[in-house]
Amino acid sequence: MMTSMMTQTLSSPAKTAAHAKPKTKTIEISGLDFYYGKTKSLKNVSLDVHDKQVTAFIGPSGCGKSTLLRTLNRMYDLYPGQRAEGSILYRGRNILEPGVDVNMLRAKIGMVFQKPTPFPMSIYDNIAFGVRLYENLSRGEMDERVEWALKKAALWTEVKDKLTKSGLSLSGGQQQRLCIARGVAVKPDVLLLDEPTSALDPISTSKIEELISELKGDYTIAIVTHNMQQAARCSDYTAYMYLGELVEFGETDQLFLNPVRKETQDYITGRFG
Amino acid sequence: MDAAVNSVYRRRLLGHRIGIALSVLAMAVGLGFLLWILATLLINGFGALSHTLFTMDTPAPGSPGGVRNAIVGSLMMVGLSTLVSTPVGILAGIYLAEYGQNNKFAAVTRFVTDIMLSAPSIVIGLFVYALVVARFGHFSGYGGAIALSLIAIPVVVRTTDNMLHLVPNSLLEAAFALGAPRWKVSMTVRLRAVKAGVVTGVLLAVARIAGETAPLLFTALNNQFFSLDMKQPMANLPVAIYLFAMSSYEDWRSLAWGAALIVTFSVLLLNILSRTAFRQKNPQ
Amino acid sequence: MNGHSALAADEAGQAALQEEARNVALRNTMRVQRIQDFIFHKVTLLFAATVLLVLVGIIASLAVGAAPAFREFGAAFLVTNEWDPVNDKFGALIAITGTLVTSIIALLVAFPISFGIALFLTEICPAWLRRPMGMAVELLAGVPSIIYGMWGLFVFAPLFGDYVQPVLKKTLGVLPFIGPFFQGPTMGLGLLTAGLILAVMIIPFIASVMRDVFEIVPAVLKESAYGLGCTKWEVVRKIVLPYTRAGVVGGVMLGLGRALGETMAVTFVIGNANDIALSLFAPGNSISSTLANEFAEASSPLHVSSLFALGLILFAITFIVLSAAKLMLVGMSRKEGVK
Repeated sequence: MMTSMMTQTLSSPAKTAAHAKPKTKTIEISGLDFYYGKTKSLKNVSLDVHDKQVTAFIGPSGCGKSTLLRTLNRMYDLYPGQRAEGSILYRGRNILEPGVDVNMLRAKIGMVFQKPTPFPMSIYDNIAFGVRLYENLSRGEMDERVEWALKKAALWTEVKDKLTKSGLSLSGGQQQRLCIARGVAVKPDVLLLDEPTSALDPISTSKIEELISELKGDYTIAIVTHNMQQAARCSDYTAYMYLGELVEFGETDQLFLNPVRKETQDYITGRFG
Repeated sequence: MDAAVNSVYRRRLLGHRIGIALSVLAMAVGLGFLLWILATLLINGFGALSHTLFTMDTPAPGSPGGVRNAIVGSLMMVGLSTLVSTPVGILAGIYLAEYGQNNKFAAVTRFVTDIMLSAPSIVIGLFVYALVVARFGHFSGYGGAIALSLIAIPVVVRTTDNMLHLVPNSLLEAAFALGAPRWKVSMTVRLRAVKAGVVTGVLLAVARIAGETAPLLFTALNNQFFSLDMKQPMANLPVAIYLFAMSSYEDWRSLAWGAALIVTFSVLLLNILSRTAFRQKNPQ
Repeated sequence: MNGHSALAADEAGQAALQEEARNVALRNTMRVQRIQDFIFHKVTLLFAATVLLVLVGIIASLAVGAAPAFREFGAAFLVTNEWDPVNDKFGALIAITGTLVTSIIALLVAFPISFGIALFLTEICPAWLRRPMGMAVELLAGVPSIIYGMWGLFVFAPLFGDYVQPVLKKTLGVLPFIGPFFQGPTMGLGLLTAGLILAVMIIPFIASVMRDVFEIVPAVLKESAYGLGCTKWEVVRKIVLPYTRAGVVGGVMLGLGRALGETMAVTFVIGNANDIALSLFAPGNSISSTLANEFAEASSPLHVSSLFALGLILFAITFIVLSAAKLMLVGMSRKEGVK
């Protein structure tokens, strides 16, 4: 964190300037294999997720990008028969080790899903739910936190007069922003976004993409998207995956303008997929 | 060729018409009988409806009276039963939904619950008799309440289990992704998402036990007088109806119809309420 | 330069301290949550176990209560055609026969009618009428059984005995094999009447189960058949029925389970005679009606024990029927690869 503070005071926010400074790696994945039962769906994946940067996972359906994302917060633990092997270092600690406290991990690595999932409670309680898990805030402090989170998700002005209304009363795009607000309210370190806009209309999508570039300032973000243009617009690093393998990983500009592998080139130019 | 096709088709058409006609006939017969029964109930019961039905207690034959003590007794036993069976049933249902995936114990429990759902209620009465009545030496309202609870619990367990399974995984994952502990996800997200459906299950259980006679025959029996003491035999509508209807006294029989109307009306009202006031919005 | 790095170091130190404090708080919260999860698991497990405990308790208490009777009469109890409280001689055959006969009659009558109702509701009924009629059938399933008993005793039995039974006696009663079943005094009360009342009672129940099962047949399947020019009846016979076979069987067996255990609808009209006769017009007794009538006044311990034995037998029969229904349903769906 100290390194990044120095980086920010000394460099311009433009992506090209960031090239020059060394970035910490929040998550280092090496040799990751994933199994659904007997089927191996991730094969020897290795890549790094850099601090306060947006890393996108792209590829055709079934390539394993969502599977990869879901290993980062051990979401697959909920389902017997799914397991991961290899190493995923989060701030130096391998989260695949048996002794890791998964709840604590998820407190620091948050997730937003493809389908908006507002809890069956008021908008206020939706945001407060996660915060109440770890922090003992007074009423006033909680109000502030809720407002802060909703502002971060660019939803405050639209809902500030109906915080007591059910989360289910919002439109699809608003619900998704509510889920993002809920995710940032607990002040995580990393945010995982699993195709956050694929269930939304184009206007909501562009609002959320704006949000992502703002959130990047405070959080490390990993995003799965089937929309290449979105990856090109929003991310700093991109990983292209195919059939469970990492085909290419690099800085977004370079991957899209000058890909190293022919397969990447084919995918990007739409020659297949 | 045409003639052959036509005759085959005509035969098929005839078969179709007969089949449909039989089906409509069956519908008419079935519904007809059921409506006949309801009509009988209404006609005979109406004759007994008067305010004394609700304000006076069960009388000796020949004297005027009502079923007030039976109404109160039924309310108390059904009420106590609901109070007991709701938390037990819901928590058991939660266990089955949360931990019952590849779990032999849960599979057996589900199986047993289904058996208990259709088990003869008179056998439940025997069981509670042996457990409670024989032990304490006399019939009691508590015994009746216990017997009714044993009938209600499987209903609540089943509906809770089924309802909780409707909650989509994505909602649960969203809660887990925040690092919430299992019990919190279960109670504040999963259960809340289907709470209308769970309430429906409870109401259906109540409607079921409100009309049960057999389990009360050996547990609460009946009480000719007004009493709020559940440690003693307790008056209740179903058994009162049974005793009065089987008797040979005209006024008692009339009271039986009146009480039957009250019971049926309450049960139907509960059923309607559960289906309308608490319609479960699809949690997806 | 020096001041700048000292400032930065100080900020870094503070940030590190905050981070550490936050981690400690987090770890404590996690510990509490783990304990909460543990308690939650155990508490819900306990309540789930009560259902099993009740079943075990029922079997145990029935067995204990029935033991004296079985000790006295042995296994012959099951087939002894005698029920004599005065001389303390008991056998279960009468009651078992009554239970089985009334239930089978009920099923034979209720099945086609319920099937017709379910068919009507799903295929023939105009759309606007469907929901209210469906709801009506479901509501009727909730009518307390004592009502059926009362209607049976006061309304149906007299009419049945006066008008229908004589006709049956003259028509079916003279046929070779089934004749003896329809002989004897036409009192209106008896096994046949009880079976019919039971039938009316379980019709709404079986009909709703069948209706639910018919409704989940995918529309595309039926449409493919219609597309080939099938008539509605053919679609039902060739597509809907085979598809829902498992559910229909399950529903029927559930209805049978209900009929076997039903007390009040039967007790009013079965005639309460501790006898077996060949004719269906004759009065008899079922297990539940015997229990309902005699338990409260049974005095001799052997009488009480025999009644418990009847209860145990009834529970066993119902348990077997319901288990068979469940296993059949599971087996059928597994065979079709649904599970």
